[in-house]
Amino acid sequence: MNLSLTLKVWRQQGPDDEGCFETYQANDITEHMSFLEMLDVVNEQLLAENKEPIAFDHDCREGICGMCGVVINGKPHGPNGGTTTCQLHMRHFKSGDTITVEPWRARAFPVIKDLVVNRGAFDKIIQAGGFITAPTGGAQDANLTLVSKATADTAMDAAACIGCGACVAACPNGAGQLFTAAKVSHLNLLPQGQPERWARVTSMVDTMETYFGSCTNYGECEAVCPAGISINFIAQMNRDYLRAKFKDKRGQIRQVDVADEG
Amino acid sequence: MLSGTTREPGAAPPIPTVRERRRPSSWAVELYGSAVGKKAVMAVTGIVLLGFVLVHMIGNLKVFFPDAEKHLNAYGEYLRTIGEPILPRTGFLWIVRSALILSFLLHIHAAVSLTALNRKARPKGYEGGRSYSAASYAARTMRWSGVIVGLYLLFHLMDLTWGNANPDFIRGEPYNNLVASLQRWPVALVYIVANLALGVHIYHGAWSLFQSLGLNNPRFNLWRKRFAQGFAAIIVIGNVSIPVAALAGYFDDPEHITGEATATQTAPFAPASNQAAGS
Repeated sequence: MNLSLTLKVWRQQGPDDEGCFETYQANDITEHMSFLEMLDVVNEQLLAENKEPIAFDHDCREGICGMCGVVINGKPHGPNGGTTTCQLHMRHFKSGDTITVEPWRARAFPVIKDLVVNRGAFDKIIQAGGFITAPTGGAQDANLTLVSKATADTAMDAAACIGCGACVAACPNGAGQLFTAAKVSHLNLLPQGQPERWARVTSMVDTMETYFGSCTNYGECEAVCPAGISINFIAQMNRDYLRAKFKDKRGQIRQVDVADEG
Repeated sequence: MLSGTTREPGAAPPIPTVRERRRPSSWAVELYGSAVGKKAVMAVTGIVLLGFVLVHMIGNLKVFFPDAEKHLNAYGEYLRTIGEPILPRTGFLWIVRSALILSFLLHIHAAVSLTALNRKARPKGYEGGRSYSAASYAARTMRWSGVIVGLYLLFHLMDLTWGNANPDFIRGEPYNNLVASLQRWPVALVYIVANLALGVHIYHGAWSLFQSLGLNNPRFNLWRKRFAQGFAAIIVIGNVSIPVAALAGYFDDPEHITGEATATQTAPFAPASNQAAGS
């Protein structure tokens, strides 16, 4: 059965434009379409009418790249938990529904155009320490560095973050804690991340706080995260940050990468 | 950016910052300057205030003891004499009070400045409705419950510490002051409402502090919520029982005060109905 929907979409010419909502009719939408495919259909209509199509971010369309992401009826990535916008299918809507589509809202994510926002603040956080400074060389033999199963699993859970920014979008404080915590934790849990552990958390948190708000432990981020990142990682990051600050009362960590004591 | 106001089409807009970070001289100031540090300070001061609230409640429950007037007044006097003679009279009390005042001020300062930061970081909300997925009522109303508790604290001090909101106030006689104050039903109602707000505040705070301090472990994460629920419930039940007892007329019975008729009773926490039957 095909759906007829009313879309209320945020349209904004550019970063300096005021922006406003426009209403569109989306007819003949099959329930098998993804939300992005539905927007494609609307854009085809707009092009046929010689109107500017709706700009939205997308890339892989299989939930792994983290590019897509719009706020649908007040929820980042729409009503279903654990999915990205491209994985949201139109069968979750009813014919006659009015759907409000908005970009991520946070000071750190200025709108570039329509539903596309600049998530460069995330790149700044990664640049501050979301990597390992080590000559990697050739791949080493398996199990040379032993990692317990529990640790490997937890690190993998953190590494599942696709950096879409839904956590920031969902947070009433515009906080970037869940993203930063995932990126800090997946390295800080593993042996390869230990030498730069304290420098990493200090540097990444300090960068995060330049752009984002502060965590009030609402748990809204966790609820919308398409990768299922747990707010336990926020606690992990807080602990590492506080430990780093207490270890390094003279602020040397950021000047020299201090090897961990073990 | 090509010229003054027009940006090259497709160029990403600059990322606005919510604040500039400076390097202060002291590590403690620097830690407090970070939002994560402020949350840690809120958690630690919260623990101090939770400890106070618990001890305060336990002390207050002496009003239900037989011979309550003697017990409560003696307890009040004891608090002033702790630490004597190595400390002057009320010396220890003022050390505790100083720690509490400092905790309270830091807690409020951190809350106010983080709220301001958060408002700045999220200038625009959503049109499509704000349906919270996870945030509890307590979490969303922390700022309101905090303000209510703060105003209530001021009233509470005026009522039972300074006495300017209590016409029958006699310095050094807490039992008389408490009973006289709670005989006025609007005051009893204020105490009930404020303590419910306190319970709501504690419910989120006592869980949230574990997150802020990074105290998490799969083995006790469930227990953190239970702890918060239990703590909030104990505080609310303990504190609200006193104004409720006053409204129910429990303190009107003179035997309760002198304890003469209660000596034969088996249960020390005799409900008001038993008292009425005895008179």
